[in-house]
Amino acid sequence: MIANYGYKDGSGEYYISIDTDKCIVCEAGRACLGACPKGMFEIISDDYDDEVAAVKQQFRRSLAFDCAQCKPAGGYTTLPCVSACTPGAIKHSW
Amino acid sequence: MAETAGEKKEYWRWQENCWIDESKNWRDAKIITAGIDVGSVSSQAVIVCDGGLYGFNSMRTGNNSPDSAKNAINGVLEKSGMKLEDIHYVVGTGYGRVNVPFAHKAITEIACHARGANYMGGSQIRTILDMGGQDCKAIHCDEKGKVTNFLMNDKCAAGTGRGMEVIADLMQIPIAELGPRSFDVDEEPPAVSSTCVVFAKSEALALLKAGYSKNKVIAAYCQAMAERVVSLLERIGVEKEFFITGGIAKNPGVVKRIERLLGLQAVQTKYDSQIAGALGAALFGYTLVQKQGVPNKAAA
Repeated sequence: MIANYGYKDGSGEYYISIDTDKCIVCEAGRACLGACPKGMFEIISDDYDDEVAAVKQQFRRSLAFDCAQCKPAGGYTTLPCVSACTPGAIKHSW
Repeated sequence: MAETAGEKKEYWRWQENCWIDESKNWRDAKIITAGIDVGSVSSQAVIVCDGGLYGFNSMRTGNNSPDSAKNAINGVLEKSGMKLEDIHYVVGTGYGRVNVPFAHKAITEIACHARGANYMGGSQIRTILDMGGQDCKAIHCDEKGKVTNFLMNDKCAAGTGRGMEVIADLMQIPIAELGPRSFDVDEEPPAVSSTCVVFAKSEALALLKAGYSKNKVIAAYCQAMAERVVSLLERIGVEKEFFITGGIAKNPGVVKRIERLLGLQAVQTKYDSQIAGALGAALFGYTLVQKQGVPNKAAA
């Protein structure tokens, strides 16, 4: 399942997409949990009882601001969460 | 329809609805499950007997989720002569799903709407648009109604039922008449602001002052709503067949414009589109009872 967390508002679209099929047997050892400087990811049991990564509820409406420090303007060339997820489950829309 | 002092007509108030299938006797059922969808604007309770829809109640959500859940289920229990103890399994869903005191399990409305749409529209349904009270969701599912991709926007009320209620109040036209009246225009106006209900309301007032008829403003708002949700759908991609759930599915002014923008006809159903989430929850409960058996005791 592709889970899109985030929103669209007047300033643009801000979604973090997680391919949860790649999370069920995570080859990266849940590296996303430690990679995000803000600790935005968590492991949840989804509606089909699979253990998958998700963006924590409190960050889902403020991604544009919470992710800003990891974007190029913050000095990063790659996003820590995307780099840490070696199976390639995590993508940013912006 | 003039208002007198001290009287405030609720143009936004939609029809509450309680129904049971008189052709069925719930006492004959081996497995009875219920789904309770406590949404931000409306609450529904659906009862499923042996995997088939038996009855439902749809009403406005109050300021207390547990009470809303109780009121919703009590409506259908009273009509059917059933007691809460007769129900083997209850699943809560929606915004207030964790506050359903008698639920055995809570499941997100995304999974429940997909499951409900699969039942209502058939196994060929692949794309679902849920236009809820204060959010909208675009969902892809497989032939079993299992979610394969979803996108939800609950940050902004544009493109939601609440937005339509605001316009109904502003125009002083009953909400059920907005859709049909939006077609009663000489030419289709451009959409009002599609990004914010507050701006859309201001824009609607400005258009009225500029000489637009009420119908034309409603048409512009319906078009804005359609454009708003179509942009969500396009983000996950639209696959045939396409189904709309939620209260806005009853508004032809928005539905027809969505269909026009997508170049697709939404699948029609004989069921009330507003119960999809609660129906899906009840069907999840049915599957769980089939797999795990009946729990020892009701949750509350």
